Amino acid sequence: MRFTAENTAVAEDVIARYPVRKSALIPLLHLAQEQNGYLTDEAMEHIAELVGVTAAEVLGTASFYEMFKREPVGDYVVNVCTNISCMLLGGEELLHHLEHRLGIKAGDTTPDGKFTLEDVECIAACTEAPCLQVNYRYFHRVSHDEVDVLIDDLRAGKRAHEVPRHGTLSRVRQQLPDTRAGVAPPDRNVEPVWLARNDEGSTEEAKA
Amino acid sequence: MTDVDPTAAGDGRREVPRIVTSRWDLTDGYTLDRYRETGGYEALAKAVNEMTPAQVAEQVKGASLLGRGGAGFPAGVKWGFCPPGVFPRYIVVNGDESEPGTYKDRILMERDPHQLIEGVLIACYAIGASQAFLYVRGEMALAQERLAEALNDAYAAGLVGHRILGTDFSVDVVLHWGAGAYIVGEETALIESLEGNRGMPRLKPPYFPAAKGLYMQPTVVNNVETLANLPWIVANGGAAFADLGAENSKGTRLFAVSGHVRNPGVFEVEFGVTTFRDIIYGERYADGIRDGNRIKAYIPGGASAPWFFEEHLDLPLEAGAVGAAGSMLGSGAIVVMDETTDAVKAAWRVVRFFARESCGKCTPCREGTSWLEKILRRMLDGHGRPADVDKLLDICDNISPSITWPPKQTTICPLGPSAVSPIASAVLRFRDEFAAYCGGDAEVTVPVGGKAYLSTPPTASVGSTA
Repeated sequence: MRFTAENTAVAEDVIARYPVRKSALIPLLHLAQEQNGYLTDEAMEHIAELVGVTAAEVLGTASFYEMFKREPVGDYVVNVCTNISCMLLGGEELLHHLEHRLGIKAGDTTPDGKFTLEDVECIAACTEAPCLQVNYRYFHRVSHDEVDVLIDDLRAGKRAHEVPRHGTLSRVRQQLPDTRAGVAPPDRNVEPVWLARNDEGSTEEAKA
Repeated sequence: MTDVDPTAAGDGRREVPRIVTSRWDLTDGYTLDRYRETGGYEALAKAVNEMTPAQVAEQVKGASLLGRGGAGFPAGVKWGFCPPGVFPRYIVVNGDESEPGTYKDRILMERDPHQLIEGVLIACYAIGASQAFLYVRGEMALAQERLAEALNDAYAAGLVGHRILGTDFSVDVVLHWGAGAYIVGEETALIESLEGNRGMPRLKPPYFPAAKGLYMQPTVVNNVETLANLPWIVANGGAAFADLGAENSKGTRLFAVSGHVRNPGVFEVEFGVTTFRDIIYGERYADGIRDGNRIKAYIPGGASAPWFFEEHLDLPLEAGAVGAAGSMLGSGAIVVMDETTDAVKAAWRVVRFFARESCGKCTPCREGTSWLEKILRRMLDGHGRPADVDKLLDICDNISPSITWPPKQTTICPLGPSAVSPIASAVLRFRDEFAAYCGGDAEVTVPVGGKAYLSTPPTASVGSTA
């Protein structure tokens, strides 16, 4: 699915923040994932048109990054950290508990399309081990009992305020107002005006 | 551990100001109102109203602020690499914190986003950057929300954008998201990613993005914690910052202590003075090993760092001393393993990380890290072979010749050699544990269904040694 009219406007706004259009590629891939839950071929083609590169280049970038899903995933992507700090404090056991509980292996999605389980690398909550994320929202020092409750709650739709649907990363967008400074194109060699103060400063020092 | 008073050393030390964590205890430290009530944006006003850009840069240089990302390069010196007369210059904030064990930049972004933004603005003013990009790790949704909100508020208050605080200083700070790739923390890979490409490190030279970086223009890439120090430095002066800490490690620094400790946490300590023993055993810090256990090993500076052991506990958290002892402070991540830890398993888990995160550009890293991972995995699965321990070291030697510290590189970036660190340290120290997984009498063959052998069934386990 291509971008909706509304999201096309958001995309144009994002592109305009960068001196080179292609820099907006990753933010636009996130936008596509927010709209569709995963990256469709049509969305990547649309991004290619907007940014001015080939669809193959968009795919080339997208396929490098862990967060971009090229197939539908569950409503809730559960990422359990098993890296060193979490491994030392039961991260693997937590993952296995969830595999058992959800009836799937890490990397799979439940048949009802509710949950995708992932065995992930360090998510920067090392002092809060073992930790996990659901749609990139953190849960710290999670016990097996707590994770059972969490899964039940998510299934019952009780945590919608904490955990938005997969693809929605930031629920707050940066808005660049008219009082923006504007982009700095790489091919325009202009010294920023305030650097002239350096010369004034040294003149004053010379006078003193 | 024997009876060591854990706080004896710490207690004798002077109290130091909290430079970057001063708002961590506030529930609303992330809001613009609270930030300004607690002195926020005063340093920016001081810089743009009372100081020339060169004077600001001079203060930062005088502070001897070492980069807090991992490499520990002096920030002021890095800024100085921008070639004169070449514009536009850019600032890229490295908020792609992903080194295992590292947890500080995320808290800085979530709990005190304005401090970071103020630091970015001060840096832009000092070096003459016309645009700044705040590259935040994709998985950190809350950090992105807090920063987006903070930027929106700061723009509305005239603190970012056109004619900041009514002066001739104008700059945009653009929030950018990553999408999940550890290697993007390497500064040239970060720039590639920001250009919309696969996040692969660039071939050097050019060595410094400050000379040729984003869009091949002068680009300063600084870590979140590094920039978060700038408001304090400008407000209090570089000399006050340099008064804190040790000879070559000034100021304070954040350390995350995780693993088998009683009170894991992120602590701001005086840099270069506090010792590993203070921070691991001190009551006000990690408070010792759980269950009264002995310490077996600890990672002093993130997964890339060679491991340390009991005999290194009295080393100060100081770059030079730690380097001389054969490791690094890296990203300020201390991971403590107690005596119950399986050294082989721990080494495997760290190596698996590097194998998964290798970008695949250089052969020694792409092949070597996954070979290491597979051999360690088969050892853990009970299929270790007698020659495996030496084979691990041989592969390490191919990735990083002679397995020295600092490591020699056969690759464009240090990711490959980083995977060597845990193995080399663990094998050298706990060789017996590795050997125990390679008994030679373990089951080497995997049972295969009878139909695979039509006439002569296998007799003995192939490949086992006598």
